[in-house]
Amino acid sequence: MTKKVQVSATVNGETVDFLCEPWQSLLDVLREELHLTGAKEGCNNGNCGACSVLLDGAPVNSCLVLAVEAEGAEITTVEGIAQNGQLHPLQQCFLEGAALQCGICTPGFLVTAKALLDQNPNPTEEQIRFELAGNLCRCTGYDKIIKAVLAAAKNLQEAN
Amino acid sequence: MAAGSDQKKYKVIGTRPIRPDGADKVTGRAIYGADVQLSGLVHGKILRSPHAHAKIKSVDVSAALQAAGVLAVVTGADFPELKDKIAQLGEGAVNLAYLSGNLLARDKVLYKGHAVAAVAARTANQAEEALKKIRVEYEPLPAVTWVLDAMQDDAPLLHDDIHTDSMGNQSEKPSNISTHLHFETGDVGQGFKQADVVIEREFKTASVHQGYIEPHVATALWNTDGRLKIWTSTQGSFTARQQTAELLQIPVSQVTVVPCEIGGGFGGKISVYLEPVAALLSRKCGRPVKMTMTREACFEATGPTPGSYMRVKIGATKEGKIVAGEAYLAYDAGAYPGGMIGPGCMCVFSCYEFPNAVVDGYDVMLNKPKTQAYRAPGATHAALACETIIDELAEKLKLDPIEFRLMNAAQEGTRRVDGPVYPRVGLIECLEAAKASEHYQSSLKGPNRGRGVAAGFWFNIGLKSAATANVNADGCVTLLEGSTDIGGSRASIAMQLAETLGIAAEDVHPAVVDTDSVGYTDVTGGSRVTFATGMAVYQVGRKIRAQMMERAAELWEVDAASVSEADGVYSSGEHSLPFKELAVKLHEIGGPIVGSASVNPQGSSNGFGVQIADVEVDPETGKVSVLRYTVIQDAGQAIHPSYVEGQMQGGAVQGIGWALNEEYFYGDDGQMKNASFLDYRMPTALDVPMIETIIVEVPNPEHPFGVRGVGETPIVPPVAAMANAVYAATGVRMRDIPMSPPKLWKALAEKESS
Ligand code: FES
Ligand code: FES
Repeated sequence: MTKKVQVSATVNGETVDFLCEPWQSLLDVLREELHLTGAKEGCNNGNCGACSVLLDGAPVNSCLVLAVEAEGAEITTVEGIAQNGQLHPLQQCFLEGAALQCGICTPGFLVTAKALLDQNPNPTEEQIRFELAGNLCRCTGYDKIIKAVLAAAKNLQEAN
Repeated sequence: MAAGSDQKKYKVIGTRPIRPDGADKVTGRAIYGADVQLSGLVHGKILRSPHAHAKIKSVDVSAALQAAGVLAVVTGADFPELKDKIAQLGEGAVNLAYLSGNLLARDKVLYKGHAVAAVAARTANQAEEALKKIRVEYEPLPAVTWVLDAMQDDAPLLHDDIHTDSMGNQSEKPSNISTHLHFETGDVGQGFKQADVVIEREFKTASVHQGYIEPHVATALWNTDGRLKIWTSTQGSFTARQQTAELLQIPVSQVTVVPCEIGGGFGGKISVYLEPVAALLSRKCGRPVKMTMTREACFEATGPTPGSYMRVKIGATKEGKIVAGEAYLAYDAGAYPGGMIGPGCMCVFSCYEFPNAVVDGYDVMLNKPKTQAYRAPGATHAALACETIIDELAEKLKLDPIEFRLMNAAQEGTRRVDGPVYPRVGLIECLEAAKASEHYQSSLKGPNRGRGVAAGFWFNIGLKSAATANVNADGCVTLLEGSTDIGGSRASIAMQLAETLGIAAEDVHPAVVDTDSVGYTDVTGGSRVTFATGMAVYQVGRKIRAQMMERAAELWEVDAASVSEADGVYSSGEHSLPFKELAVKLHEIGGPIVGSASVNPQGSSNGFGVQIADVEVDPETGKVSVLRYTVIQDAGQAIHPSYVEGQMQGGAVQGIGWALNEEYFYGDDGQMKNASFLDYRMPTALDVPMIETIIVEVPNPEHPFGVRGVGETPIVPPVAAMANAVYAATGVRMRDIPMSPPKLWKALAEKESS
C-alpha cells in the first residue's frame, strides 16, 4: 500500500488541502474528494474534454493530470466560473443560444472557451473551432456552441 | 427561419425562452448519474470477456471474495431462471433470458466485453483489483462479425435454440438468422417491365456507436425493507424500472427509479445494463452500490447500431415516374435476436410512391454487442441505399435531383410497402423549401467540389405519457413529468402547458420526477416526448382551466356556464381576472387545484426531412471536407425553435460522422480494435461548418398544437446526402460506408487507373 499524499492547491479561489493516492487523477479528486462534480468523466483518457478544468489558467484534461501535480496550483472548475452569483457571459450566452442539449459536455466547453477568451478576446470562428476541437459534443453539432462563444466574446468586449 | 406557418396564433409556442434546467447545467450543479452520492456508497465493477465467442467452463470467485475491501460478488447464476419468459417492454416483446444473458453471461460469452461477473468493494480501485482474482475458464470458439458471413450455413452458431422465423414458419436447423421479414405491394415483375431505367446496387455499412459522452452509470440500494431504489441516467425511468423488476422477478412497485440528468442517449440508454447488476450486489452487501462503465466498455458492450448489407433495385419510366422497387436488407442484431431490421424494411422506400415493391429483411446474430436503437434505428442504412439510387436515376433521366424526388414524393394517401397509408405529411413542402433555399440556388464552383441532396423519413411514435400540475398560491404552476430531459424537453413541455393556460413560459416550473411521483411514462425516444408528453400537459391544462372556471364562478357568485376563458383571462359579465390573479385567491375559494392526465396517443406524427451537403474532396488523401450543410425538416409546429434546430443540427452531424469516419473495426479474432474516442473518430468542432436549418411547419392534425416529433429524422438523410455529394465532387459512387480517407483514396485511384 502506498501512502496518501497531502496536496495544497487553490480551487476556485479557495485554498484547499486534500489527501490523495499518488496515482489518483485530478478529476477523481475533484469529484470524489472535493465533491466538485461539475467536471465530468466521458472517457478517462484525454479524448473527450468533458473533464476540462483550468490549471494556472490553461485548459487541461483533468483525467490526465495527477492530483499530486496540482500542488501549489490554481485550479478553476466550471463551478468557479460564475462570480458573486452572476453568470459569466459565456454561461449566459450558452443559455440564451441553446448551446446545450444534454449538457454533459457543457462544463468542459465553458472552461475551455473561458481560457480562449481570456487569451484572445476576439477570436474568429475558425480559432474557436480549433481551440474547442478537444471537446466532444454529440448532441448539438457544435453550431450553437460556436455561436454562443462568438456572442459571449462580443458581449465581453462591449462591457469593457 | 420557419416556412409555411401562421406564427401569430400562439403567445408562448414558437418563442425561445431559457430552458428551466439551464442554470444548473451551466454552473456544474446538475446531478447526472455519476454525480450521485449516498451515505455508505460502495463501488461495483464488471469483469468482461476477453474473447469474442467462448464457452464458459467455470467461474471461480473465491479469491475475489477474500480480496481487500470486497463486499460482494455476483455472476449470471445470481439472476433468477428466466428461460422463455417474455416481457412486454414499452416498444415490444423481449425474451428476458436474452436480456439477462446480456447483463451477465451464463454458459457462453458472445462478444468481447460481454459481462461475466461483478464485484462490489469499498473503493472503485479495490473492486478493480478484485476482478483480477476471478478465475474464468473459457473454451474459445470461432467468431463471426460480418453479417453476410454470419448468414452462411457453416458460420459459427451463436445460439443453438434459435431457428429462423420466416413469417411464422420455423426453420428446421438452428440459425444465426433469427427472422426473415417480407413485405410486398403491387406486382413487382410487372412494375419492372414498365421501367425504362433500372438501377440495382449493393451497399455495406459498418457498425457505429451512439457515442453519448456520458458513459452508462447506475446506483442501486436494496433496502432492508425489501424495496429497491435505483438512481440512473436513462431514457426511460419506467422502462428501466420494468426491465429491472422483470429480470429480478420482483413486482414493479417494489422498485423506484430516480432519473438523474442524462448525458445523451440517442436510443442507447433504453436497455438496462448495470441497474439489475448493481441491485444484486446491493442485495448481497446491504450497501448502495454505484457502477460506472468505462468508455471502452461502452463501445465493446453497449450500443451499437447494426452493420448492414443491402441490395436495392429501383425502376423508373423515362418520364421520371418510379414504377417498382426491390430490396434485400440484412442487418446484424449483435449477439441476441431483435435488431433494427423491421424499421429498416419499412423505411427503405418510405419517401416515395412505389406502386410495386418487395422488401426482404434479415435479422442476423453475430459476435458483436446486442445492437440498440440509434436515432431512427435502421432508417439511415436504408436511406443510403434508396437515396443513392434515386440520385443515379435522376442523373440518368437528366432530371434535377429534387425535381425527380418531387415527382415521386410520398404524400397524404401514399401507401407504404408495409401497409400504412400516410395522413397529412410534409415531404413535398420540405423538398420545395430545399429547392427554394439560398443554399440550393447558390452555385458551387471549384475543383473536387460537389453537392448532394437526400430525403429521409421516420415514423415518430406516440406511446404513453403522464403529467401532473399543481397551481401554486402565487399563480405559478409546478409541473411533474416522467419524460427524462435529454435535449431541452422540460422547456418544450412546460411551454405547451403555459400556452394552454395562457400564462408565461417562466411561470411553469417543470420537474422530472421519480417513478413513484408521476404516472407511467414511456421512454424519451421515438421522437415522442414533445408530441405525446405535450399532449398530456395539454390535457392537464384543460383540466386545470375547467376547475379555474368553476372557482371563478364561486368567487363571483355567478353561474359556472357563464364563465369563459381566453388567453388566460377568465371572465363573466363585468368580472374578469387573469390566471395568476385568480390563482392567488384559490385558497379562499375551495383550495388548491391539481390537474393530472395520462395519454396514449395512437395518431401519427410522421416526420420527413431533406438535407443538402456541399463537400470538397482532397484527391491526394481522400479526405472529405464539408463546406456547407443545410437541414430542412417538417416539425409540424416548432414549440421551442432553438431546440428543434438543435435536434436537426446534432442529428446531421452524427450522420456526417457516420458517413465519413465512424466505424467499428474488427480483427480476425472478432475483437474491436478501436474502442476509444481517439480511434473511434467522432466529428469535432473543427470537422464541420455551421449547420443551416430550415424548419418547415405542416401542422400535425393529430396534435392540439400540430407537433410532429423532430429528434430522429435528421440522422436519416446525411449518409446518403454525403455520398451523393462525394459523387458530384469526384465521379465516384461510394457504397461502402464510412467513406473514410483510405477507402475513398483507393476508390479514386481505381477510377484514375480505369
Ligand atoms: S474524461 Fe478526460 S478527456 Fe474525457
Ligand atoms: S450537449 Fe450533449 S454532449 Fe454536448
